[in-house]
Amino acid sequence: MSNTEANGHFDMKAALKDAAISALLTFVLASLILGLQIVDRNTGLVLVPRIWLAAAAIALVFFGRLALHMFWWSKRMRVDKPPLLPTTKLTAGLAKITRIAAPLLFVFAIALPFFPFSDRYIMDLAILIMTYVMLGWGLNVVVGFAGLLDLGYVAFYAVGAYSFALLATNLGLSFWVCLPLAGLFAATWGIILGFPVLRLRGDYLAIVTLAFGEIIRVVLLNWYTFTGGPDGISNIPRPTFFGLEFKRFGEGTFADFFGLEYSSLHRIIFLYYIIVVLAMFTSFVTLRLRNLPIGRAWEALREDEVACSSLGINTTNTKLTAFAIGAMFGGFAGSFFATRQGFISPESFTFIESAIILAIVVLGGMGSQIGVVIASVALIGGFEVFREFEQYRMLIFGLAMVLIMVWKPRGLISTRNPSLLLNPSGRSPARQEGAA
Amino acid sequence: MSEPLLKIEGVETYYGKIIALRGVDIYVNKGEIVTLIGANGAGKSTLMMTICGTPQARAGRIVFDGVDITRMPTHEIMRSSIAQSPEGRRIFARMTVMENLQMGAGIAPPEHFDDNLKRVYDLFPVLKERHAQRGGTLSGGEQQMLAIGRALMGEPKLLLLDEPSLGIAPILVRQIFEAIRELNVSQGLTVFLVEQNAFHALRLAHRGYVMVNGNITLTGSGEELLGNEEVRAAYLEGGA
Repeated sequence: MSNTEANGHFDMKAALKDAAISALLTFVLASLILGLQIVDRNTGLVLVPRIWLAAAAIALVFFGRLALHMFWWSKRMRVDKPPLLPTTKLTAGLAKITRIAAPLLFVFAIALPFFPFSDRYIMDLAILIMTYVMLGWGLNVVVGFAGLLDLGYVAFYAVGAYSFALLATNLGLSFWVCLPLAGLFAATWGIILGFPVLRLRGDYLAIVTLAFGEIIRVVLLNWYTFTGGPDGISNIPRPTFFGLEFKRFGEGTFADFFGLEYSSLHRIIFLYYIIVVLAMFTSFVTLRLRNLPIGRAWEALREDEVACSSLGINTTNTKLTAFAIGAMFGGFAGSFFATRQGFISPESFTFIESAIILAIVVLGGMGSQIGVVIASVALIGGFEVFREFEQYRMLIFGLAMVLIMVWKPRGLISTRNPSLLLNPSGRSPARQEGAA
Repeated sequence: MSEPLLKIEGVETYYGKIIALRGVDIYVNKGEIVTLIGANGAGKSTLMMTICGTPQARAGRIVFDGVDITRMPTHEIMRSSIAQSPEGRRIFARMTVMENLQMGAGIAPPEHFDDNLKRVYDLFPVLKERHAQRGGTLSGGEQQMLAIGRALMGEPKLLLLDEPSLGIAPILVRQIFEAIRELNVSQGLTVFLVEQNAFHALRLAHRGYVMVNGNITLTGSGEELLGNEEVRAAYLEGGA
């Protein structure tokens, strides 16, 4: 949904609002008509809840309405605007694909668990891909926007994972309490990394961040009394659905509360939705930040640091916020990883993870949100698909990466949407947003 | 006479052990265009950068508008109504013209944005035509206009221009210098101009300084320096 709004051709907000209102109406109607069934039992008439039927009807109306807006009525909702940039045919085509693909992918991501082919394997893979999408979007802040090459991003992933694991196992805090804390710790480490590397750029920065990633891993490996060293941390608690656990037996489980038959898939689907929401949150926040003074300062910093300071921008703070916010999302993803796995060890946080995340960002096109999604699906999904070719897997991927870099040296989606445009009315939107 | 807007007293700047400025004294009055000319490596750009605080002067004082800015960090100096169009323009190549201009507006009150934008577009109409274009796709002269426009968006009291004619077609140089004069006459903007193109700079400026090897060797009104034999021999003959 990233580029939809920015292009201004399709009003996603209005469409979502309309779909939500329709869904609400359906809820009012369906909750009693479809949701409850009167059954004649020996003991008399009883009401049997049919929540899924009502939910299905509501979902159908919501997504149907959204789809109608997107593909059928969209012509009416589109605002005619002159082309923003003297675009070539190719970039215009790409922008068009992005505009259609983004909401489509979003709807697909939401609906995925309900497809008949969505078994355990597919859902696990989807969770993995979404985790990398989120990591990619987080790293995008540092690499794509601020232009600071970070080869040690996995360090923040590790900090997030260990923060949650240690807080949960030692203090008994729940996932939802730990999630913001993990983000906070990771952001703090982002600033700690940021300080010594303020003067560095490009290659030098890459080397230092690489070393930082290794330092964190080695500390986790050797600080046996605190982190368990190579044994890792096990029995990390699972997240709960408003206090309901995903267990087979016992009172107050998810299945028990909703009167469903227990299925191990429930927990997987729940985890999937958590990561989807987290990833969407990452995307939403980064896209918003990009239009704020701080986001523009990041981009300006990427373009020219000297010019930045000549315009009164505090480059120190700008770099540190980029590191901190990128790290925060890494920390969120890390604590999700810990709760999903239930077990973590330093082995999960090796350099190759950083390299994969960076590859996703670079292949996708630095700064492009949808590019990150495509690259994650291709890379992580590809790893799975080619699992049978074991030895040739890395070979194929090396080759694919080289080919992409030859054909599209700036990544798959390399168009950049301006964060600021002249309004057709002539009044610039900068007045509110220009407030520093 | 009232206190000058910018006063530089005995400034010495070093790069490591190497001395670049050997005690420079310069003042710029309110409403003046003052130019500093000199050969390559004389220290002109170093003086400009010292005013901006990178590198900081090791000795001497720089006073702007009654405030000693010698030891202030760069971004704070640039927030105190001094704007600079840096050497080599340094526009944000992948951002649009509008975005470039907006980056300069961070210092000024947000409610002045529309007026300032109009002022810049009136001064350089070509920027309005190209507002949605990426900065890097502009020609050298247009980029220089953008760099000056970006600096003006911050509503400066003093505009520092470092070699605005560098690598630009002569017709555009004339246009840019005309715009600087216009800014000075109609809006009373104070300008400190560092130039190698001595002929144009001295014709534009009220006063000028000549720098050789980190020292100010000559000073006078623009016309005086244009007529000066030494200046003619060193900077104008064969040039212009």
